[in-house]
Amino acid sequence: MILDSKIPNGPLEEKWTNYKKTAKLVNPANRKKLDVIVVGTGLAGSSIAASLGEMGYNVKSFCFQDSPRRAHSVAAQGGVNAAKNYKNDGDSVYRMFADTLKGGDFRARESNVYRMAECSLNLIDQAVAQGVPFGREYGGYLNNRSFGGVQVSRTFYARGQTGQQLLLGAYQALMRQVGKKTVELFSRHEMLDLVMIDGKARGIIVRNLDTGEIERHSAHAVVLATGGYGKIYYLSTLAMGCNGSAIWRAHKKGALMASPSWIQVHPTSLPQSGDYQSKLTLMSESLRNDGRIWVPSKNNETRKGNDIPEEERDYYLERRYPAFGNLAPRDISSRAAKERIDAGFGIGPLKNAVYLDFSKAIREQGKEKIQEKYGNLFDMYLKITGYDAYQEPMMISPSAHFSMGGLWVDYELMTTVPGLFALGEANFADHGANRLGANSLLQASVDGYFIAPYTIANYLSNEIHTGKISTEDPAFEKAENAVKKQIEELINIKGTKTVDHFHKTLGKLLYDYCGLARNEEGLKYAIEEIKKLKQEFYRDVRVSGHGNNMNTELEKAGRVADYFEIGELMCYDALTRNESCGAHFREEYQTPDGEALRNDAEYQFISAWAWTGEHTEPELIKEPLVFEEIQPTVRSYK
Amino acid sequence: MDLHLKIWRQKDQKSEGKLENYDLKDLNPHMSFLEMLDTLNEKLITEGDEPVEFDHDCREGICGQCGMMINGLAHGPLKNTTTCQLHLRSFKDGETIVIEPFRAEAFPVKRDLKVDRSAFDRIISSGGFVSINTGQAPDATAIAVTHQLAEEAFDSAACIGCGACVATCKNASAALFTSAKVTHMALLPQGKEERSERVIKMVKQMDNELFGHCSNTEACEIECPQGISVLNIARMNYEYSRALFFKRK
Repeated sequence: MILDSKIPNGPLEEKWTNYKKTAKLVNPANRKKLDVIVVGTGLAGSSIAASLGEMGYNVKSFCFQDSPRRAHSVAAQGGVNAAKNYKNDGDSVYRMFADTLKGGDFRARESNVYRMAECSLNLIDQAVAQGVPFGREYGGYLNNRSFGGVQVSRTFYARGQTGQQLLLGAYQALMRQVGKKTVELFSRHEMLDLVMIDGKARGIIVRNLDTGEIERHSAHAVVLATGGYGKIYYLSTLAMGCNGSAIWRAHKKGALMASPSWIQVHPTSLPQSGDYQSKLTLMSESLRNDGRIWVPSKNNETRKGNDIPEEERDYYLERRYPAFGNLAPRDISSRAAKERIDAGFGIGPLKNAVYLDFSKAIREQGKEKIQEKYGNLFDMYLKITGYDAYQEPMMISPSAHFSMGGLWVDYELMTTVPGLFALGEANFADHGANRLGANSLLQASVDGYFIAPYTIANYLSNEIHTGKISTEDPAFEKAENAVKKQIEELINIKGTKTVDHFHKTLGKLLYDYCGLARNEEGLKYAIEEIKKLKQEFYRDVRVSGHGNNMNTELEKAGRVADYFEIGELMCYDALTRNESCGAHFREEYQTPDGEALRNDAEYQFISAWAWTGEHTEPELIKEPLVFEEIQPTVRSYK
Repeated sequence: MDLHLKIWRQKDQKSEGKLENYDLKDLNPHMSFLEMLDTLNEKLITEGDEPVEFDHDCREGICGQCGMMINGLAHGPLKNTTTCQLHLRSFKDGETIVIEPFRAEAFPVKRDLKVDRSAFDRIISSGGFVSINTGQAPDATAIAVTHQLAEEAFDSAACIGCGACVATCKNASAALFTSAKVTHMALLPQGKEERSERVIKMVKQMDNELFGHCSNTEACEIECPQGISVLNIARMNYEYSRALFFKRK
């Protein structure tokens, strides 16, 4: 199989314009004849559903939460990037493109990254027009702050709740269309399979989570905007319901998965405090603008943070990366923290954290200024930990966060299954091996508001003569039966261990062997252990209740069943990449001072994986990455 | 620490519900309230019982999906806190805790502690937005908004739609939720054009959903996890009267 990325011809800065010029249109009168399914209501899902609805297509929008407003985009704190150059500090679309490409360790497509930077300008306009209350200067103009991995101020923010405000904007746009009846909303519904007819995506099978009913929905195109699968580690910054099931089930129907092992570990989350813990809470990366990160310079320090004098503190980021200091990119900051913790310099009751210290910023700027910038984050810290971070340094720790991997998509954001699109974190496209801060809200939004409306229309222009797709087609029946069979199987195991037990065990295995650092031996071990754990799951899991009513345990069991397979693929992916890049750090490939050692000669490609069946190894298909504009260099933040 | 729990169990909307007793021992006070319920569910599943159904998702206090009445208080005893951000350190060893769903005619119980809050979505869908299509918005700098105004709008926009205001109100009024959106939009220049239509439609929808009237007890503000001010309700009333006064014939 040869992957066609469909990158348009012409110079980089004209590619998207050229695409739009030649993309085919659908006559407004014909749009009513076309149905589109959108799964997920985060920034990508809400914005594409709203956009397609207002264009006149029949849209069905699905989410597993009780309301589309709960999607996990809501939790992003720090901000959204846009190359507006309002600060006159030398920013431009090109610079943002270059920063993103470099930040992703040269493992992303140039054309996609450039387009994201280009569309960033429109996103801020769109959000402001929707009433998103971004931070403002006293004169009334938009304010910016800076984020890890860059030296300009291009991050727009709404206090520490940027994701919430952007999502509410998109949700309101979606609900406006629901009111106009151009979009039909199905909350508390979970997609359990993709239906293909004649090689095209033609619908989905969903479970109504309230009633347990299995439903069939048909469409001329299916859009998956279901977010990331970082919750595979169990402890992560993601919402409890975040999962990889929709994309995984599409993968098993023929869509390739790209770069599954690139899951970002975020440097500033709250540390784990006990075995009962269900998640790790993210503290916005924006805190690193003013907070200084350090550990005691003495091993096994027992004194409290405030009692350790300045000269006995090791500001290791400022020491190792003087040019970027505390704003070093996420993968580098996370690894540096792990290095210090592993070396015995960690702090806190479990010695698994580092300090994020605001005392200097409070001394210089005053408590009020810090309160204005990060007040809600300090409040959140107090609620969760019981400590006042105005008085003593915060304790932070790295935790699994964002999946750069996902379904492989071409320039049109279409997967290898015709008619199946993947948007936002569900695709692999724009971040390479490491996502720069504040680019996640951006990618999800521009995919949904500005890119997919053109590319999906281009696809649908060939579908106007197809006519209504019947859910009576044998393909629907087959998919529905398979879903019902799986549910029955899970309910009937009636073993002794809970779903969470298996999820936690898998998560720990992945943290240890396919987490911040990996090596060949560990990955091979993990693959075998995951296989064993999966067998044990199908032998000994206990899913209480029935399939025909509300049953959260059953929902979780289905997701964990998929996580076993995703986890295995993550390890295969990590195993075949004999280099260190971004979120992927293979211990065998590092410089003498512990930095990631990339191998461009052999690994300048995207790993796209094909499903070959349950008991066979997945098939690797390579998409070579061609760099015309920027030649890959060693990523240095020193 | 040890806790004695009385939890509302109800099979579905049509069934009758009742409080059931559960005992948990050796809990870590750093555990969150929902992690305590996770622990209870693990126990129930292993013992062959059905776990307690409750709504939750982000567990960071921002998605608004969690929420239950804890000893009669929406989201429990801590001020400005969602249930997921409540920790056992807020309770005493040996304490009895009564856990019930958010109650309101407009929020029917789905099962155990889960309720249907889709009425909120329908209120937003009736007018809680700026009518702008995607793709052609004017440059963001074209609309200047002062720092103070943006912050004030933000204070209202921060509502997470959890429904605590309804659950704690003796009239089950949705005035705080609706007014927060009305205020957010009415304050900003982008939302001003539609302010009259918006408030009339949203208030009408709120009434259609069987929420009660606001009688100014201000309990909603006290139990709101985001500290949304009741001044929003005053603003909504002003906007509503203004809209009726200037209503085009």
